[in-house]
Amino acid sequence: MTASSLKDIAAALRARTVSAVELATDSLARIEAGNPQLNAFITLDRDGALAAARAADARIAAGDNGPLVGIPLAHKDVFCTEGVLTTCGSKMLSNFVSPYDAHVVTLLKQAGTVMVGKANMDEFAMGSSNENSHFGPSRNPWNPDCVPGGSSGGSAAAVAAGMVPIATGTDTGGSVRQPAAFCGITGIKPTYGTVSRYGMVAYASSLDQGGAFARSAEDCALLLSAMMGHDPRDSTSLARAAEDCSRDLSKPLAGLRIGLPREFFAEGMEGDVRAAVDAALDEYRRLGASTVEISLPNARLAIPAYYVIAPAEASSNLSRFDGVRYGHRAADYTDLMDMYRRSRAEGFGAEVQRRILVGTYVLSHGYYDAYYIKAQKLRRLIANDFAAAFRQCDVIAGPTTPSVAYGLGEKTSDPVQMYLGDIYTVAVNLAGLPGLSHPAGFGKGGLPVGLQLIGDYFSEARLLGAAHQFQQATDWHRRTPPI
Amino acid sequence: MTLSVDEVRHIAKLARLELADGELTATQAKLNGIFGLIEEMQAVDTEGVEPMSHPQELAQRLRDDAVTESDRRRAYQAIAPQTEAGLYLVPKVIE
Repeated sequence: MTASSLKDIAAALRARTVSAVELATDSLARIEAGNPQLNAFITLDRDGALAAARAADARIAAGDNGPLVGIPLAHKDVFCTEGVLTTCGSKMLSNFVSPYDAHVVTLLKQAGTVMVGKANMDEFAMGSSNENSHFGPSRNPWNPDCVPGGSSGGSAAAVAAGMVPIATGTDTGGSVRQPAAFCGITGIKPTYGTVSRYGMVAYASSLDQGGAFARSAEDCALLLSAMMGHDPRDSTSLARAAEDCSRDLSKPLAGLRIGLPREFFAEGMEGDVRAAVDAALDEYRRLGASTVEISLPNARLAIPAYYVIAPAEASSNLSRFDGVRYGHRAADYTDLMDMYRRSRAEGFGAEVQRRILVGTYVLSHGYYDAYYIKAQKLRRLIANDFAAAFRQCDVIAGPTTPSVAYGLGEKTSDPVQMYLGDIYTVAVNLAGLPGLSHPAGFGKGGLPVGLQLIGDYFSEARLLGAAHQFQQATDWHRRTPPI
Repeated sequence: MTLSVDEVRHIAKLARLELADGELTATQAKLNGIFGLIEEMQAVDTEGVEPMSHPQELAQRLRDDAVTESDRRRAYQAIAPQTEAGLYLVPKVIE
């Protein structure tokens, strides 16, 4: 049942052929069976899940027709959950129990979802493979010797393995879309400012955005609609009316103009990914969409610009971890400075420390203009490229990743190799646009390939509608992994 | 651009990170690899381009100057490494 569509689960709940308590119990049993191999969860909340499921059953008995009532879900461990551990994949927060819920957590509780646990992730959302988690890497359900992607790797692996039908994630440079692609599921990062960052542990605040995972675009639309909305507690939350992200699901593809960036269909994309992406685009054309070549001339600068801006913001955000108010404090120290330095050195993993060091350097006296301001100028050029492209097309399509999921340990020795894998996703965050990845077939080793759709600001419903039409004609999103 | 070992040590100090002497050269090599990637930016002419700090370039919202938070000191201090009498404890800083 956890691998069924939300619509089918909701119908079964209403028909009383299954209860929310049974769904939660089933989800917990699948996690207990699969987690020793996949390590998709850091924390399980059995008691909380069963209590929430009983409350959901009462709501259903009272006639509540909400689409998410009684649906089991996983939250990425970056979202604060009152009374349940929130580690952010870090030793620094390995003992942190938040005194409050993130806004997204509150909204999804109100919607009646049943949180079964907290999903594994790269430490502080910094990583593309989930190998930077203090709690060990999550693994890809299609092949446990491969990475599930990152940083929201546990969320994607949990949905792909049928442990939960939906999960939350966050996407700062591709951390929803890339693991969705690697795990063969659908994931969407909405327009910056549409999902509140309140209670979402900060990495790079001008790029961080909550997002949704599910098997299908239809289910992503239901989850994302419940996550979006204005929140005065996030100073960058946009004051917009509630959105129904499902409103374009039945809109035909005829007339849709899909832009294909010349720079994405070039050197760098591996052959198996290219073949799957080309075949998916043929399907879009067969369904009535047209394609037009476009250009994003500054796209290649997105990685260097991102790896200045994100570490700069991270070095500032992570300065709050001082061993004083919460989080890890070293056992031995000589004075206050020594306590800070040892607590942070012990609490943060290698990649987090590297990004803090890069960020500290680019913000330091004498280098600010050469790095941080320069990167912000490139950010403007990248955003301008998208604005120009959207005068020629309605959505942009291309690969989500240059390759299918790679083996564990394959890229850990060289951070730069890991960073280059973000080539198709980071520009979207720099511009603040919505982006989605949906399954588009299989490549090398029988591993999933993702197709990325990028839309103009606030076009989430359009992106989900296009993906849904594709999914009505194909069954890639219904394929299930061996685990 | 390449960072010297002394520069790495200085940045670590600014970042309040203890770096053991044994880790310095390995960290230096990885940081220099990252800066090699970042340096690609310098080849682009950005003369006259306005820096973009944020996707939605809005002014910060202001709210009324009124108390909106309740007192949750006990809950917040319950998760602190060390407190006493409602205060966070740190090593002595003033002799």
